[in-house]
Amino acid sequence: MTLDQMSPQTLVRIVAVNGKGLLRRRLLEMGLTPHTLVKIRKVAPMGDPIEVYLRSYVLTLRKEDASLIEVEVVSDE
Amino acid sequence: MSKKIALIGNQNCGKTTLFNALTGSSQHVGNFPGVTVEQKTGYIKKHKDELELIDLPGIYSLSPYTSEEIVSIRYLLEEKPSLIINIVDATNMERNLYLTTQLLELNIPMMLVLNMMDEVITSGNSIDIDGLKKHLHMDVIPISASKNEGIEDVIIAIENNLDKPSQHIDICHGVVHKAIHSISHIVEQSAQSLGLPLRYCVTKIIESDEDIFNQLKIDEGDRHIIEHILEKMEEEAGTDREAALVDMRYSFIEDVCHQTVFIESETKEQIRSEKIDRLLTHKYLGIPIFILIMLLIFYLTFSLIGAPLQDLMDSGIGIISDMIIRFLENHDVSFWVRSLIGDGILAGVGSVLSFLPVIVILFFFLSMLEDSGYMARVAFVMDKALRKIGLSGRSFVPMLIGFGCSVPAIMSTRTLSSDRDRKMTIILTPFMSCSAKLPIYGMIIAAFFPTKAALVMISIYCIGIFVAIISALILKNTIFIGEPVPFVLELPAYRIPTLKNVFLNVLDKAKDFIHKAFTIIFMASIVIWFLQSFNYTFDFVSDSSQSILASIGSFVSPIFAPLGFNDWRASTALMTGITAKESVVSTLTVLTQSSTTAALNQALIGIFTPLSAFSFLVFTVLYMPCVAAFAATRRELRSWIQAILTVLFQTGMAYIVAFVIYQLGQLFL
Repeated sequence: MTLDQMSPQTLVRIVAVNGKGLLRRRLLEMGLTPHTLVKIRKVAPMGDPIEVYLRSYVLTLRKEDASLIEVEVVSDE
Repeated sequence: MSKKIALIGNQNCGKTTLFNALTGSSQHVGNFPGVTVEQKTGYIKKHKDELELIDLPGIYSLSPYTSEEIVSIRYLLEEKPSLIINIVDATNMERNLYLTTQLLELNIPMMLVLNMMDEVITSGNSIDIDGLKKHLHMDVIPISASKNEGIEDVIIAIENNLDKPSQHIDICHGVVHKAIHSISHIVEQSAQSLGLPLRYCVTKIIESDEDIFNQLKIDEGDRHIIEHILEKMEEEAGTDREAALVDMRYSFIEDVCHQTVFIESETKEQIRSEKIDRLLTHKYLGIPIFILIMLLIFYLTFSLIGAPLQDLMDSGIGIISDMIIRFLENHDVSFWVRSLIGDGILAGVGSVLSFLPVIVILFFFLSMLEDSGYMARVAFVMDKALRKIGLSGRSFVPMLIGFGCSVPAIMSTRTLSSDRDRKMTIILTPFMSCSAKLPIYGMIIAAFFPTKAALVMISIYCIGIFVAIISALILKNTIFIGEPVPFVLELPAYRIPTLKNVFLNVLDKAKDFIHKAFTIIFMASIVIWFLQSFNYTFDFVSDSSQSILASIGSFVSPIFAPLGFNDWRASTALMTGITAKESVVSTLTVLTQSSTTAALNQALIGIFTPLSAFSFLVFTVLYMPCVAAFAATRRELRSWIQAILTVLFQTGMAYIVAFVIYQLGQLFL
């Protein structure tokens, strides 16, 4: 499963971050590293990008980029 | 010699607020050498001429990807400041400390400032400051910059930390640790001889940064050994080198935070932000609310507050100009000098200066939106639409400012992280009809479409936007074929902007604008005045139809025949419009020798038909922006050739679109 497929309010744990180059480095550096807990908060009005909460802050990223992040579901409220 | 202190931190951590608090009014804005990243410097209060504070760009990491990051690394490595002040957002320690772990590798004395401590405490969370000091081996000062709390402590800490040796702290963990130390042995000597921090070199090597291999002159043999070490590390870590390194840093941070940062709940500001966003980024209401906010700002800027102030400024400039001219008359100054000062300089600079109130008000609102955190939401809401034309949500803000004035809009593209996005935005922004063109619309509408004013205005704005979209699609599929840019953006908690920050920002923009008015516009006014007042034998002409400018106008005017206005006065007005768009109006007034609005209307009806007047309007919206905007374009693109190509493209589009509209109009009307 990847991060872009998750619906709002789901809590997930990152399994792996795929991709390469600048994009992957950015994702990792913003704290999207394996084992990190991420909560999906919202989808933008036009259906993309998504808003997530991790490491006590709010981040937005595009679904296309989120699809590089493999996750496992921890809980969905 | 003053000592240099670097202030560095993530975006949205209150860095600017701290910088303003530490330096007060002694700020100086310039550029980092060779790039267009803004460099702000100032002296620390009570230490004038001794301690110079350099505000480095707000960045999340030291990876050499964006120009902001490259500038920061280069500055830190080459200028070797006496001290780094690393400011972090205390409500968001983990991610903020990532940059800290990279800064620690540079062997520069460092201190940590925890901003927004008030938010941490009022939310029932806490941070063990002494524990943090021990773990990070450096001074840690809790502050609340927006409330001006703890600023004195920062100044005292700066004094105490200035001549301390840099802290040695080993953040190594596990398998990466072994690799770092093995590689350290290989490159230690060459790093030392180049004066580069060893640990920094090693992590660059692990990140496969080709530059560092060349800089350190690592030979084939050593390369093989290093590759072997890294492959072994990857095998043991179960992941690649890049991820292993980031992971090591975050593990260290998690360790430190686990022992020193105690979070009971999200902060009040974060909870409040989530509530505000339920409305502002709402599925259906988000976009309409955004449009309403923008309409309100434009209404306030360009009518309710701006228009009276602009009139006031106008009449003020008029009175001063009259006084100067009368003074010159009374002192028997020769006629042409009076004309140069009155018709050239005062008229040219004055007409541009009258836009100052509008610029100030617009930037006041935009700074409020920026500092409150709403601009990031705009990018979030609008990203998908802009991605269709090959841009990201972040380009939306400059384009929006473009409706006010292209100059600050082009300047604001600096905040875009990708070169490609920045260039495209610079090219497209002038298609957003700027406020200086309003007098032209007013003039044409009064003469030809007095009953359809709103309709004409709306269609003009829409044509601008439409052409921008078409141009974006053309550019995206020709010159700017490229990878989509990462759009990974923090949405900071909403905060009430501090008036001081907004005020200083507005002041900055106003200064920049006035500076342009007295340099570029000043020069351009003189050139145009000269062309307008003299003929080819350099005799002063009282009738401007005999001037050099008029003959150039007559020469080029047949080019505009297919657009419906083959008239030397129209083409001359378009040329003077390049100095400042309002000049189109004043030139037409002068060249038609109209002393009243009614006379001007009559004269215009002699030049244009309603259709060709509309085609003229379309051309004015789209063709090359004024010299001030051109200067900004050149500065931001860092290339004369690219800037010239940009305005040629804009003028080309203007010609084609006006041509199509006029020709189709003739067929159907």
